[in-house]
Amino acid sequence: MSAVTNSENSEAHVPQPGEAHSGAEHNEPDLVPTGDNPAQHHTPVVAGRARTGMFGVYDSGDTTGFGGLRLPAYLPPPAERPYGGWFDEFVDALAEAMQERGIPASAVQQITVDRGEITLYLDREHLLTICQAMRDDQALRFELCSSVSAVDYGDDVPERLHSVYHLTSMTYRRRVRFEVAVSFEDPHMPSVVSVYPTADWQERENWDMFGIVYDGHPALTRILMPDDWDGHPQRKDYPLGGIPVEYKGAEIPPPDQRRAYS
Amino acid sequence: MSIDNGGNIDTDAELDTDYAAAEYADERETTEGRVYTVTGGDWDDLMAEAARDERIVINLGPQHPSTHGVLRLVLELEGESVTQARSVIGYLHTGIEKNLEYRNWTQGVTFVTRMDYLAPLHNETAYCLGVEKLLGIEVPRRAQVIRVMLMELNRVSSHLVAIATGGMELGALTGMTNGFREREEVLHLLEFLTGLRMNHAFVRPGGLAQDLPADADTKIRDFLKVMDSRLPGYDKLLTGQPIWRNRMAGIGVLPLDACIALGATGPILRAAGLPWDIRKVEPYLGYEEYTFEVPTSTDADCFARYLLRLEEIHQSLKIVKQCLNKLEPGPVMVADAKIAWPAQLTIGADGMGNSLDHVRKIMGQSMESLIHHFKLVTEGFQVPAGQVYVPIESPRGELGYHMVSDGGTRPMRVHVRDPSFINLQSMPAMCEGGMVADVIAAVASIDPVMGGVDR
Repeated sequence: MSAVTNSENSEAHVPQPGEAHSGAEHNEPDLVPTGDNPAQHHTPVVAGRARTGMFGVYDSGDTTGFGGLRLPAYLPPPAERPYGGWFDEFVDALAEAMQERGIPASAVQQITVDRGEITLYLDREHLLTICQAMRDDQALRFELCSSVSAVDYGDDVPERLHSVYHLTSMTYRRRVRFEVAVSFEDPHMPSVVSVYPTADWQERENWDMFGIVYDGHPALTRILMPDDWDGHPQRKDYPLGGIPVEYKGAEIPPPDQRRAYS
Repeated sequence: MSIDNGGNIDTDAELDTDYAAAEYADERETTEGRVYTVTGGDWDDLMAEAARDERIVINLGPQHPSTHGVLRLVLELEGESVTQARSVIGYLHTGIEKNLEYRNWTQGVTFVTRMDYLAPLHNETAYCLGVEKLLGIEVPRRAQVIRVMLMELNRVSSHLVAIATGGMELGALTGMTNGFREREEVLHLLEFLTGLRMNHAFVRPGGLAQDLPADADTKIRDFLKVMDSRLPGYDKLLTGQPIWRNRMAGIGVLPLDACIALGATGPILRAAGLPWDIRKVEPYLGYEEYTFEVPTSTDADCFARYLLRLEEIHQSLKIVKQCLNKLEPGPVMVADAKIAWPAQLTIGADGMGNSLDHVRKIMGQSMESLIHHFKLVTEGFQVPAGQVYVPIESPRGELGYHMVSDGGTRPMRVHVRDPSFINLQSMPAMCEGGMVADVIAAVASIDPVMGGVDR
C-alpha cells in the first residue's frame, strides 16, 4: 500500500536527502533492470485464505479434527525455462516425440517444477498417445509406470478430480509426473492399461475411491470396497465415518455430528 | 435354443431339445390314463460332458492358511491345472489413506506403520521422507543412520517371515519355526530399540521419536552374532533340500519384460535379472555410503526369489554392521522447534511419554512453552502446499508415497504405491497354466502383505 503511493508520489515530488521517504525510494531515472532475465513482478498465485474448522470452530464442540480444517485449492505455478537438470532435455525429447506422432503441443497444458520434481498437466484426449510415446520413444524410455493415484482437490476447483501418473525411466533413471484433471460431471479419461498393464488395479482403485471412469479399461470394477457399495469414499464430500454399521442396527454418527461437550 | 452372432434366435435347436426330452419320458395309454416312464438318461449325457470337461471354479480363501493373509484366489481348474486365476482383495481395507486426511502430519505416522505391517519402519520412513521433502528439511545425520539401521533390521525380519510363511504354505514346517524364531530375535531387538515390536511410530517427521537406549550398540552386536550363527542353518535346511527345490524351481516364472509391464519390483524383478534396487539407483538417507551388493538371478522363478531374499538378509546385516560404526552422538530431531514433535520423549515407569524435565518446564516455568507444546501437539505444523512422490526400497519393492499438501496442518491426500498391491497383479501371469499346488508357491514368492494391499 505505502510502496505504491510512494512510487506515485515520487514522480510528482522527489524527496530531498534527509526528508521522509528519501534514500531507497529516491527516483533515479537510470536505475533499470539488467541481465537476461531480470526479476519481474508477477501477480502472486493465491495459495491460501482464512482457515475454517478446528481452532476457530464456532458451531460445534468438535476438537477431534474431524470437523474439517480446509484451505482453498493450491494453484501450482507454471515453471519457466530453463527448468534445470535433465528436465529441459526431457521436455524437448517429449515435444519431438509428440510432433512425430502428430500430437499437438497444446496437449501439455502446463509444466510445473517443484521440489525437484517435474509435473506435466495433460489434456485427457492425448493421455494415451503421450504415454505410448513415453514408453516407446528411444529418447524417453519410461518403461515403468510406478504409480497411478488420484486426488480430489475439493469444491474450489472446477476440474477437481486429478489422476496422477508417476512414470519411471529405468534406462535414464528419471521420474516424471503426469496429471490429468476431470470434473465430477464428466469424470472420463482414457485408460493407460493397454500401454502400462500395471495400471490395471490402480485405475480400478481410483474408480473405486474417486469415481474416475477410465474408458477402455478391461474390467473397471470396484477393488477395495464391496461391489455393492454406494459412493466413492476418497472424495472430499464423502464423510469419514457415519456410514451405518451393519451390526444389530447400530449407527454411529460422524464425530462432527456428535453432541458437543462444551 | 441358441443365439448366433447376428443375434437371431435359432428355433430349430429348440425343437431338437423338445424331441430329446420326449425320448426320456416314454408314454403309454392305460385304463387309468396316460402314464409316463421317466428315465434318468440325461445323467449319462452329463457324465459324458463331465468326462470331456472337468472345469471347476474354486475359491481359495479369503480364510485359508495358504493364501498369505486374507487373500481370495478364484481359480478355474481343468483337472488339477489352473486355466485362469484371479485374485480378489479388499478384505482388509481399513481406509487408512482417508483417515490420514483427518489427522495432522505427525499423527499420520501411526497410520502408515499399520499398512504393510511386516515392514512398518519402511512405511514410517517413506512417509516421513515425503513430509520432509514437502517441508524442505533434512534430518540430522544420526537420525539418518538410525533410520537406515532400523529399516535394514526390518528388512531382515520381513524376509524371514516371507521364508517362514512360504515354508509353511509349502509344508516345510521347520522352515516356518526357524523363520519365526529368528524373526522373534529381530522383534525383540526392535522392541528394545523403539519400544514396540511392531507398529513402532518411531520415525517421525523431522527425525526420530527418541534416541536409542544407552546399551543399544552391545545389544545389536549380540544380535548380529546370533544371526551369523543361525543363518547358515537355512542353507542346510532349505536351500539344498530336494523337496523345497522341486516345489519352487521353475515355478511361478515371470520374465523381465513381464515384470516391467506389470510393474513388479523388488525380489521379483531382481530375480528376473535387473539389478533395480532404489537404494542403489536413487540413494536416499545416505545409502550411497554403505557397501552392499544387490543380488540378482536370471531364473525368474520362485526358487530364485527365495535365494535372493536369503542373500538380502546377509546384505542387510552387513549394512547394520556399517551403521553401528557410523553412529556418532548427535541430535536425532531437527533443531526447528516448530516441527520437532513431541518435544522430548523418555520411557517412564508407565510407558513412553514426555520427559519430566519438559513437563516441569511447560507446567511450572514457561507459559509460552506450554502454549507452543499444546499448539504443536494438537494442531500440528503447517506444510507448504505442493506435492511430492518419494520412492524407497521396501522388502517387497518400490514403496512410493505420493503426498499432496494444501498448506495446512493435515495432508490433502496421501497415496501409497504399495509394492504388495502392484506385485499381486502378476499372480495370474505366474499361475495360469500351472498346477494348483504351484499357485501356492507362486503367491508365497510374491510375498504380498494384505495390510499393504488393501490399506
